[in-house]
Amino acid sequence: MMLSWLNIDYTLLLVLQGAALLGITAGALGSFALLRQQSLLGDAISHAALPGIVLMFLCTHSKNPWVLLCGGAIAGVVGVLSMNYLCARTTLKKDAILGIILSVFFGLGLVLMTVAQKVPTSNQAILNKFLFGNVATLLPEDIVVIATIALLIFAVLVLCWKECTVYVFDPVFTHTLGLRPVIIETVLTVLLVLAIVIGLQTVGVVLMSTMLIAPAAAARQWTTRLVHMVGLAAFFGGCAALAGVYVSGVVDHVPTGPAIVVAASGIVLFSLLCAPQRGVA
Amino acid sequence: MITMLQLEIGFIAILASITCCLPGVFLVLRGVAMMSDAISHAILLGIVVMFLFIQDLTSPLLIIGASCAGVLTVLCTEMIIRSKRLKQDAAIGLVFPLFFSVGVILVSQYARNVHLDSDMVLLGELAFAPFNRLFLAGFDCGPCALWVIGTALLINGAFIALFYKELLITTFDPTLATMTAFSPAVFYYALMMMTSITAVATFDAVGSIMVVALMITPPATAYLLTHRVSDMLFMSILVAALSAIFGYAAASWADVSIAGSIASMTGVFFLMALFLSKNKKIMRKS
Repeated sequence: MMLSWLNIDYTLLLVLQGAALLGITAGALGSFALLRQQSLLGDAISHAALPGIVLMFLCTHSKNPWVLLCGGAIAGVVGVLSMNYLCARTTLKKDAILGIILSVFFGLGLVLMTVAQKVPTSNQAILNKFLFGNVATLLPEDIVVIATIALLIFAVLVLCWKECTVYVFDPVFTHTLGLRPVIIETVLTVLLVLAIVIGLQTVGVVLMSTMLIAPAAAARQWTTRLVHMVGLAAFFGGCAALAGVYVSGVVDHVPTGPAIVVAASGIVLFSLLCAPQRGVA
Repeated sequence: MITMLQLEIGFIAILASITCCLPGVFLVLRGVAMMSDAISHAILLGIVVMFLFIQDLTSPLLIIGASCAGVLTVLCTEMIIRSKRLKQDAAIGLVFPLFFSVGVILVSQYARNVHLDSDMVLLGELAFAPFNRLFLAGFDCGPCALWVIGTALLINGAFIALFYKELLITTFDPTLATMTAFSPAVFYYALMMMTSITAVATFDAVGSIMVVALMITPPATAYLLTHRVSDMLFMSILVAALSAIFGYAAASWADVSIAGSIASMTGVFFLMALFLSKNKKIMRKS
């Protein structure tokens, strides 16, 4: 059989499914973040999720990763809201605001983590998993949750496709059409937070932002149409995730998150150099 | 009672905070604050590559390798931006995770049995810093970290004192700077070199995320309170030092992560400044 020839066992197959779903979803959503010039927002949100995850653990003592990730999603949304508030209230530049939220939330997360270590039932591995990502522990029910969230994200994208397109390219025109830019912005941000939340388990806090930007950045080089870009980014994201997980599953001592990032960066490099209209060739 | 050990940790924390916020002021003013995030992650690659060559974790060559990795990150990012194919934020977000990932893969392939892991780079451990001591001719000259960070502080301080005027002009008016024969590019890369050296010197003690917190948050706090760069420099030094002191005190009181506590404390000072400041957004948003 094909699978046995590729050296894929049941666990690896499961992980491949999860990672591919994540890659496809993150790639598609990343296109919107890239075009809105919010590439680093993913980095900030994934760091900001840490205190939420740990706080959830401290409150519920749950070991179910999805319960903890709910806390992460809430903290991520709080982080985005604080960023928007600071943008509106101060004259600080956007990147400084990103940096403040990212580092202060993460610092708070570290403090809470050392508190959580003292809880007798605590399991350090559970929390460390979110820092660096570990797909080896993915269970069949996790795949179901990831698939549900991915489906939800794609359903919203398809339903609000027109609105999102208009908003990404021309927020003022969106307003003229009688649509509320704030609502579209909120929807896109919530989707982004959801995508990050399903990715934290797989690639971890530091590398999650690449999952969002790299496929979109590569896709942008090949096309000038949004629908093609989103499709291509989803494809690239899925490929990078599959390649990364496969290599880390077959070769010893290659961590999954970094392997996916290297694969995704390879696709970006290839696209930057070789894409027909925008590339050097 | 305060012991000698606590005094040393506190002193390292204060020095590290001040060292970080000096280049941070200019990063925040130039709108390239996220470069500190990129550089502080990318140095892992430099350290690992250098370690694989010389197989010695205490060599000062590691610091040089790490600084080079920091500058290389900036160069690659600038190259992508100049090709006009991707915007600045995307370029930053693509380059440093790649460097960090390659570093992590190299560690897990070749250096698994050495005390060199991504945990260490990300989180740091200030509480252990005083145990790595510098001995000169048998004399105990204090913790290594103190000397390394002190050197970085001297370099930063000297650079800003010597080239204050040039830094100001290249930050606020690159065109005038070019006309008066200061190359903005030279000072941009000098600032990035300074950021790399600072990140490398301090991350061992405090971890890369706290480097980001200390580089951005105290200068941003000062930015809310003043409109003069000299005042901003002094205020951010004050905020950084106070965050270090209160952060460390809170951490030892509650027995939690020192680096995390100091980073959270910079956030507390930022919030205080936010509610005190008159830096309201008027109609001058460009």
